[in-house]
Amino acid sequence: MSKIIDGLFYSESHEYVKIEGEFGYVGITDYAQHELGNVVYVDMPEVDDEVEAGQEFGAVESVKAASDLNSPVSGTVVEVNEALDDEPGLVNKDPYANWIIKVQLSDASELDSLMNAEAYKNFIGE
Amino acid sequence: MNNQYYSKLIFELSHEGRRGYSLPDNEFKEYDLASMPQNLLRQQEPDLPQVDELTVVRHYTNMSNNNFGVDTGFYPLGSCTMKYNPKINEEICAMPAFSGLHPLQQENTVQGALEVYYNLQRSLAEISGLSEFTLNPYAGAHGELTGLMIMRSYHMSRNDSKRTKVIVPDSAHGTNPASAAVCGLEVVVVKSRPDGTVDVDDLQPLLGDDIAGMMMTNPNTLGIFEHDIAKIAQLVHDCGGLMYYDGANLNPMLGKCRPGDLGFDIMHINLHKTFSTPHGGGGPGSGPVGVRAGLEQFLPNPRVKRTEGDDWYQYSIENTDSALGSISSFLGNFAVIMRAYTYILTLGRENLAQVGPLATLNANYIKESLKDCYELPLKGVCKHEFVFDGLKDKSTGVTTLDVAKRLLDYGFHAPTIYFPLLFHEAMMIEPTENESKETLDAFIEVMRKIAHEAATDPELVKSAPHHTPVRRLDDTKAALKQIVTFAELRQAEL
Repeated sequence: MSKIIDGLFYSESHEYVKIEGEFGYVGITDYAQHELGNVVYVDMPEVDDEVEAGQEFGAVESVKAASDLNSPVSGTVVEVNEALDDEPGLVNKDPYANWIIKVQLSDASELDSLMNAEAYKNFIGE
Repeated sequence: MNNQYYSKLIFELSHEGRRGYSLPDNEFKEYDLASMPQNLLRQQEPDLPQVDELTVVRHYTNMSNNNFGVDTGFYPLGSCTMKYNPKINEEICAMPAFSGLHPLQQENTVQGALEVYYNLQRSLAEISGLSEFTLNPYAGAHGELTGLMIMRSYHMSRNDSKRTKVIVPDSAHGTNPASAAVCGLEVVVVKSRPDGTVDVDDLQPLLGDDIAGMMMTNPNTLGIFEHDIAKIAQLVHDCGGLMYYDGANLNPMLGKCRPGDLGFDIMHINLHKTFSTPHGGGGPGSGPVGVRAGLEQFLPNPRVKRTEGDDWYQYSIENTDSALGSISSFLGNFAVIMRAYTYILTLGRENLAQVGPLATLNANYIKESLKDCYELPLKGVCKHEFVFDGLKDKSTGVTTLDVAKRLLDYGFHAPTIYFPLLFHEAMMIEPTENESKETLDAFIEVMRKIAHEAATDPELVKSAPHHTPVRRLDDTKAALKQIVTFAELRQAEL
């Protein structure tokens, strides 16, 4: 049973965004990390890069496969989680504590098209 | 059989001053190193192993005993067509008249070799329904890159520079998007329908005047024949794009169905899959590229041409003004070309057309015999390979990886796992046409046994393999802490 946290917004490609004021912390869900298996590399954008909702901003590589990361929201990257460079496995340990990028949102109304915890739970069929 | 696992590195056998050769007196003048740029000069001696000849021979012979290959056991590695490499191929290409050739020899002294090259070009053109081939690319992915460069050259020759996108199905081999990216093209993914074939409705909106072409594997990586191929080819051609055929799954089509007749414009063939030349560690590979009539001028250099009169003919190596120039040194991997040509002549037209039906029969036999224990996501008749989505009963938590590891305990090579990405627990099985019913039955029995173990003693499967010289390897650590040279190993041990 995957861990799903109330209050976060979820995308169909299994990313979440956690909102704090005008910023959003983007990472992959517990379901995604479980499906991927042990993560060995996270390809992240650079600070000040623009990300667009639904568009790829990086990739996560596991022992099974490499998968694109799609941003659930549009905006500017203000921080990347550099701890993942040294220890990509943090994504497996706690994907919600170990977000990948912090984005300054350009359009908060995009959150309306994402799923809440319950909708995401139904989406992954658990 | 030697049960001792040999795990030494040749560096560990090294002793200062030991040697297995002596060089003749140097008849050339000493090179003046002072004239070389100093930053290009090595500052210390290279760390080379110092060993005597017998030690070298024993080392590599012992290492070779660790190998698992088609010659030692069943190798159902999906998508790879690990078919038997007939020994007559080796006999022919080892003939001194071929093995002793030098690529810079005069044309008139290598007419036989050029004839082999030319004839294989013609055979592949006939088998695939295309006009002309180059045998120069060294591997499948190299062929893909060459084919995409041809596609781009074709558009550029018409001053159509806005075609920068290539459509690739989501079931494609990873090399397709990789080759497109290396060629400077942008990849657009088209989705599959629930039956595993390309979704024509999803394809249509992607088409436009920015599409250079579409890459397809048919039968696709799920072993399913793309039944809408004629329509897809027409749609792509109507928007001005070209159709590229990835020859990875050509095996079931041999002598039955030709990519050229299906509407493909460019293709590559993996000689190391379909035409029985060694594959993988036993390589090298070869990825000939063919084009339909009208695209011949875009093939890379050099080309082999045949000229003939009433009572004579001769072969020549020619360089055309192809925009591609050369994509390889000389004429590709000639010894591989020689083996593939031998295979085609050994089987002949009639027997070549039996390859596909037998490969298809073998794959379907395994699929039908195991579908009550393993999840079969796509029902119906497959071609040369098929995909299970893990065990049918997943309640004990045994994964596809565990089943693959357990197979090693029973002496079989594991199938391809976790590819294609369409299914979470993919297990891709391709038996090839060579295997006897006894071998297939033995494999089926073991697969059923593993499914039974997974239900009754899941820990046994989860901790497999138990009987191999090394146990389950830590692939996460291998990816994170790569040690690929002896110097790094010594560093790590300090």
